[in-house]
Amino acid sequence: MAHFKKKRGGSKQEVPTSAMPDVVFMLLFFFMVTTVLREVTLKVRVNLTQAENIEKIEQKRLLSYVYIGPERLPGNQLGEDKVQIDDAIVEDIGAIRNLMYDKLREQPKLIVSLRVDENSEFGLLTDVQEELKKASAFRINYSTRREP
Amino acid sequence: MLLKKRERDSAEINGSSMADIAFLLLIFFLVTTTINVDTGIGLVLPPPLQEDQEPPPIKERNLMNILVNAEGRVLMDDQPYQLTEVKERLKEFIDNPNNDPNLSESPDMAIVSVKTQRQTPYRIYVDMLDEVMGAYKELRDAASRANYGVPFGALQDNSPQYEQITDMYPKKISIAEPGDN
Repeated sequence: MAHFKKKRGGSKQEVPTSAMPDVVFMLLFFFMVTTVLREVTLKVRVNLTQAENIEKIEQKRLLSYVYIGPERLPGNQLGEDKVQIDDAIVEDIGAIRNLMYDKLREQPKLIVSLRVDENSEFGLLTDVQEELKKASAFRINYSTRREP
Repeated sequence: MLLKKRERDSAEINGSSMADIAFLLLIFFLVTTTINVDTGIGLVLPPPLQEDQEPPPIKERNLMNILVNAEGRVLMDDQPYQLTEVKERLKEFIDNPNNDPNLSESPDMAIVSVKTQRQTPYRIYVDMLDEVMGAYKELRDAASRANYGVPFGALQDNSPQYEQITDMYPKKISIAEPGDN
């Protein structure tokens, strides 16, 4: 025991830190590559519901999001159910057709991801779906979380 | 003179703060990153019917009508069921192992129609759809295990085996226009 103590006291222990910037840079590049910066600010509240039999979407660039949920009003209040596409709330449901048609021209393999609040009513959703049908955007995805 | 001076103090950039800068950037990206894989229930909508076009004829026995009301009560072909029973009932309908004349002729002809009300909360609708997807997933899994010894999820996308299983059990799900009652 005494021997051990002597040895420890004698030698200075230092971790070489010269490689640290390299390690940090590597991590940095990893996160830079994987980051998807949040593009939209949500103007509606979307609490996703849960489901068991779901599939992953690997190709994120095919996705276009449609948000449906109660509108966020100033002062933490919630209003009527509204539809949000990109950055703006779409008041006129009929306008969705042209919006989606344009997106479909840019990305023919478009998948429309519907992110709907769990308490929103089905009626508004079906109106949106009718518009999607008319715009020929047939591939949709009901966004849900995995059931724990 | 000049040359000598240059040689003496070699110009070097102080690199000790590099790590700090890198750390700062790293932390920024760590905070802003959202590594969330998008998951959800995939569906393909049918093209809209033309005005003068009649809906295609479907044999009554091949069609399973599921009605869900806003309270989450389920009617399958006019019989009330619990939501938890839907999956088993659907599997029986699609597969029809005993060749019941009231159930679908063959799995690839079975059509599941889901109808609900406008007032139904989205949660209930997705729960219902989840059960339908679950029934198809279990049937496909069983078929895949029987034929290839691996679960359906392990098959390569668009491989011949994958195509065969999806041809055996095509997901024919129709979302009907919501009714008022």
